[in-house]
Amino acid sequence: MTANTPSHDGWPQIKTVGLAGILVTFSPVLSESANRAAIAFRAAVKDQDWTEIEESNSTLVSAFFRIDLATHRPEPLVERLRDMLGTQNWLDAPLPDGRTLWRVPTLFGTDRAPQLQEAADMAGRSVNEAITDLSTTTMRALTIGFAPGQPYLGTLPDHWEIPRLSQITPRVPAGALVTAVRQFCLFPYDTPTGWRHVGQTGFLSFRPWADEPFVLRAGDEMIFDPVSETELAKIEASVKDGLGGAQREAIP
Amino acid sequence: MSALIVRSIGPACAIQDLGRPGFLANGLTRGGASDPTALYEGAALLRHAPEMAALEMAGMGGTFEATADMRIALTGAEMTATIDGDPPHSNASHLLPKGAILAIGAARRGTFGYLHVGGGFDTPRYLGTRGSHLSAGLGQLIAVGDTLNALPDSGTETGLHLIPEPRLDGGTIRVVPSVQTDKFSDETRARFEATKFRRDPRGNRQGMRMDFDGDGFHASGQLNIVSEIVVLGDIQITGDGTPFVLMHECQTTGGYPRIGTVLPADLSKVSQAPIGGTLQFEFLTFDQAAAIQARANTSLANMRRVVKPLVRDPATMQDLLSYQLISGAISATTKDEG
Repeated sequence: MTANTPSHDGWPQIKTVGLAGILVTFSPVLSESANRAAIAFRAAVKDQDWTEIEESNSTLVSAFFRIDLATHRPEPLVERLRDMLGTQNWLDAPLPDGRTLWRVPTLFGTDRAPQLQEAADMAGRSVNEAITDLSTTTMRALTIGFAPGQPYLGTLPDHWEIPRLSQITPRVPAGALVTAVRQFCLFPYDTPTGWRHVGQTGFLSFRPWADEPFVLRAGDEMIFDPVSETELAKIEASVKDGLGGAQREAIP
Repeated sequence: MSALIVRSIGPACAIQDLGRPGFLANGLTRGGASDPTALYEGAALLRHAPEMAALEMAGMGGTFEATADMRIALTGAEMTATIDGDPPHSNASHLLPKGAILAIGAARRGTFGYLHVGGGFDTPRYLGTRGSHLSAGLGQLIAVGDTLNALPDSGTETGLHLIPEPRLDGGTIRVVPSVQTDKFSDETRARFEATKFRRDPRGNRQGMRMDFDGDGFHASGQLNIVSEIVVLGDIQITGDGTPFVLMHECQTTGGYPRIGTVLPADLSKVSQAPIGGTLQFEFLTFDQAAAIQARANTSLANMRRVVKPLVRDPATMQDLLSYQLISGAISATTKDEG
């Protein structure tokens, strides 16, 4: 079997991933609609509880279904996935129900987030304009990955298409809000990064000690509300649950 | 309760098991032992379940004191070892009497050695299981003074051994085509297969760097690949053309292209390859890979059948009486299960 030759020209493509599972990719480039399709398609297949699927995930533009391909032949599963793809235009599909909007108190700039000025310069914005852009755009968790619980959030206005740093910053702290290529990442623990550190929160997307270790799901939304240095310090002193004073509400 | 007290310890020893599946959508890879075959072997020798937690020791072991009579087994890398001064057989089960000192030194062959206790270790669970996932902050390295409790041991048999599947010296690593394999030209893939790689010292439980002579390996349009799912054993090619085999604590997504995925059955060979050891990659077709892996899975499931009583030459046994007292399972009438 030429497992990795898509059977139809164009997109979506269905491919095997080693012997680890099957990947359905909606676009060769990141787009809002391809990301939405990946989240919606994964949710729709998950709802059907196929016995062969051990777990599933959505990446930026794909839905991944973990299946032991040494035990299960891929052809019938690829066929079922293709049938599912044919039931609707997934690029127009709505995001699944049950999503959450998080409002996260965020200190922009200062020495707690020292690369705001540089990032604003690159985006051609004053610092105040940058804070307005970064704090008023409703960001969607495009995918959760790389590190546990870590969201990739999109998408900022066009002028935030700024590149990664050429020199990696050796360490930004847990709760750091960093940006590149019109996206945010929000780190669950101290980490090196090539993205610019523009905001600081007390929000940890992975709390291994908590009853709910992972609070974010792909498709959830986040707004980063500006707070002062004093306000963040107060939150840090009083809030011990790792959520940094963030408020959640269900997205209707 | 029986336990091992840690009197000295190497720099990279942690409790491992078969990992923590089910958190991929949360950005957490499965983790688990670098050489899962060694867990199946230890479980077969002690007649307990392969899900039991064992101590993984990278390169160097430690010194342990038993607080009660305990059954133990050593699998994986061959490490120098003594029980109160006498070397035990590798890949065998033994009684570690109360107060005895088990000293495990450096790896002579392979990289990851495993110390198993009857019933498995009873260390704290993180997100449901005991395996450490240090890159995710789950569990920690074992330190001097730690007490490693064991679960109740329902077995009594010792003196069993098995001949492990050879995997400690590098060699040929079979590769399954994956999502981005076709982004590498036929010529690049052929050169990749013909190259003798060396395991670089820059390797850990997240990834193993492959050292080599000659030009790097590049995909077409390498810089334009959207970040995509990473699976265990993926061979990621970084910007300078160097392959890294992604190991048990790898990330869940990545932007570098993957030339293929190591056949799961051969991944322990990558883990265990000594620093500087030679590794050569060979592509299988998908169908070949699925068939070989299915057989390997069956072998793992049937590991108990290859366990046999140790046959000892009395002339080489320093203290026949103590061996017989310790190893009740050595019996001329024991039937081979296999």
